[in-house]
Amino acid sequence: MATEKSIGERLWATAIWGLVFIFILNFMAMVATVVINSFGTRWFNAWLPAAFTTRWYESAWNEFQLHDVLIVTFEVVGAVVLLSALLGVPAAYALARRNFPGKRLVILLFLLPILVPPITFGIPLATVLYQTHLGGNMSGVVLANLVPSVPFVVLVMIPFIEQIDPRVEAAARVFGAGTGRLFMYVILPLLAPGILAALLLVLVRTIAMFELTFFTAGPGSQTLVVALYYAVYAAGVRAGQSIDAMAVIYMLTTLVWLLIALRFVDPTQIVTRVKREAAA
Amino acid sequence: MSKRATGTVVDPTPFRVRLALRDLDGVTLLALPAVLFVVTLFIYPFAYGFVLSFQPKAGNWLANYTKFFSDPFLYDTIGATFRLAIPATLINVLVSVPVALRVRRMRYRRLLTAILVIPITLGTVLVAEGLLIYLGPQGWFNRVLFIIGLGKIRLVHNYTGVMLSLILSGFPFTFLLTLSYLTGIDPSLEHAASTLGAKARARFVHVLLPLLAQGLAINLCLSFVQTFSVFPSAVLLGAPAGDTRVISIAAYQAAYEQYDSSMASAIAMIMGFCQLVVVVLILSGRSLAYRGAVSGGKG
Repeated sequence: MATEKSIGERLWATAIWGLVFIFILNFMAMVATVVINSFGTRWFNAWLPAAFTTRWYESAWNEFQLHDVLIVTFEVVGAVVLLSALLGVPAAYALARRNFPGKRLVILLFLLPILVPPITFGIPLATVLYQTHLGGNMSGVVLANLVPSVPFVVLVMIPFIEQIDPRVEAAARVFGAGTGRLFMYVILPLLAPGILAALLLVLVRTIAMFELTFFTAGPGSQTLVVALYYAVYAAGVRAGQSIDAMAVIYMLTTLVWLLIALRFVDPTQIVTRVKREAAA
Repeated sequence: MSKRATGTVVDPTPFRVRLALRDLDGVTLLALPAVLFVVTLFIYPFAYGFVLSFQPKAGNWLANYTKFFSDPFLYDTIGATFRLAIPATLINVLVSVPVALRVRRMRYRRLLTAILVIPITLGTVLVAEGLLIYLGPQGWFNRVLFIIGLGKIRLVHNYTGVMLSLILSGFPFTFLLTLSYLTGIDPSLEHAASTLGAKARARFVHVLLPLLAQGLAINLCLSFVQTFSVFPSAVLLGAPAGDTRVISIAAYQAAYEQYDSSMASAIAMIMGFCQLVVVVLILSGRSLAYRGAVSGGKG
C-alpha cells in the first residue's frame, strides 16, 4: 500500500510534515523566549539579551510571594486529587459492576461537567459558592476544582475496572474475605495502576486549571496559574523578566508532573479517554 | 382487573432481593456520594444561575436579557466570539485530519504526541505570556519576518494574536482527538479497499471519511465549545476593549467589576445557549453521515 507514490503524494506528505515542523518549531521558540528572557539582563533590539543573570528568580520569588503561592497550589492540588479519588473511584466501581436502571442518566451527569467549558458553569458556581461563604478561600477553590475532577476520575476508571475479572473478587469471597479484607487485599492492589494514572491526570489538569480557580480564589488562595495571570495582566508594574521567571517556575511545576504522568499513561489519554465515552 | 388481583397477593421475595435483582444494592450506593456532589455543585448552580438571571437588580424579569440585546457593547460580544471561534475550530479540525493520517503510521508517534501534549498541559495563560514576547515587535518571529523581507507585522494585542493562541493551544487537542478516532478504525478495511484497487484519495473519500465523520462531528463540537469560551488569551493577547471583546469578558465584567451576579448569570446562560445551538446543529448534520461499526470483521 505504501509502495506506489506519485509526485503529488510526495509533495503532499512533505507539506504535511512541514506544517507539523513549523508548529513545533514555533512552540519551542516561544518556550525558549520565555526561558531566555527570564535569565536575561536587558533584551532590546537583538537576538539575545546583553548578559545573563539569575537575579530575576530572586526578585520574582519575593515580589510575587511565590513561597506562599506554591504552598497554596500544592495544598489545593493535593486536596483535589485526594477528594476526587475518594468520591470518584467508588462511583466508578459501582458504575462498572452494576447495571441499574438510570445508569445512562448517571453517566450523562458525569459527562456534562467535562464537556461544558469551565467559563460557562464557573460564574453560576462561583455565585453559589460566594453566597454560602465558601467563595474567596481555599475550600471554595478546592470545591470548584473538584467539579470537573470527580467526573474525570469516574470516567477514566470505569473502563479500567470493567476489564478486571469479577470472578477474582468472587474467589476472594469464597475463601472467606470480608468486605474490608476484599477491598484492602484484592480490589485496591488491582486498581492501583488505574487510580495512579487517573490521579496523575487530575493533578496535571488541576495545576493548569485557570478559570475555576480564578473565579473562586481570594487574595490568600491564588494558585500559581492565577498569580501568573495577574502578573501578566498588570505587566508594566513589574519587570517583564520577573514575570517570565515566574512563568518558568510554573512550567517546571507542570512539566515535572507531566513527565511522571507520561510514564504511566498514553499521551492521547490526556484528551481522549473521556471524549471516547461521549461518542459511545 | 388483573392489576388489582396481583396487588393483593403478597410478594414472597423480600424488597431488598427485588432491588438487588435490578442491580440496586450496597455496591450501587457507592455511586451516591459522587452523584450528590455533581448534583449540588454542577446541576444546582446551573439551575440557580438560570433562575437568578430572571431576577435582575432593577426592571421586570426579562430586564437582563433586554439589556443585553439592546446594548451593542454587550450583544456585539456574541459576534466577536463567533468570529474567533468558527475559523479557529475549522482550521484546527480540518488540518488535524491530514496530519493525523500521516502520523498514525509513524514510528515515533508516541514521542510526537508527547510533545504535542505540552501546549495543552501548560494552558492558555502561559501560552499567552510566551506569545506576547515571541510575537511581539521585538520578538524572534518578527525579526525573522524582517530578514525574509516581509517587514514587521503587528501580531499581538489584536485579533491575530488571539487566533494564533487558539491554534497553538487548540490544535494539539483536536489533533490528538482525531488521531485517537483514526487509530480506532480497523486498518484491514483500508487494506481491503487497496486490494480492490482504490488509490489513496479514493480510500480516504469512500472508506476513511465516512467512518471518521462521527468522530469529526464530536471533535468539531468539543473544539468549538472550547474556543467559544476563550478568556485569558482574549484579555492578555487581544484587544479586550476592541475586536476581541468576547462574551466571557462581558460575563466576567458583570460579575467581578459591576458585582451584578444576576446579569453575569444571564450572560453565562446566553453563552451556554450559543454553544448548545452550534452543538445541536453539528450533531444534526452528523445524522446524515454513515453510522456504523468502525471495526471490520466477519459479520
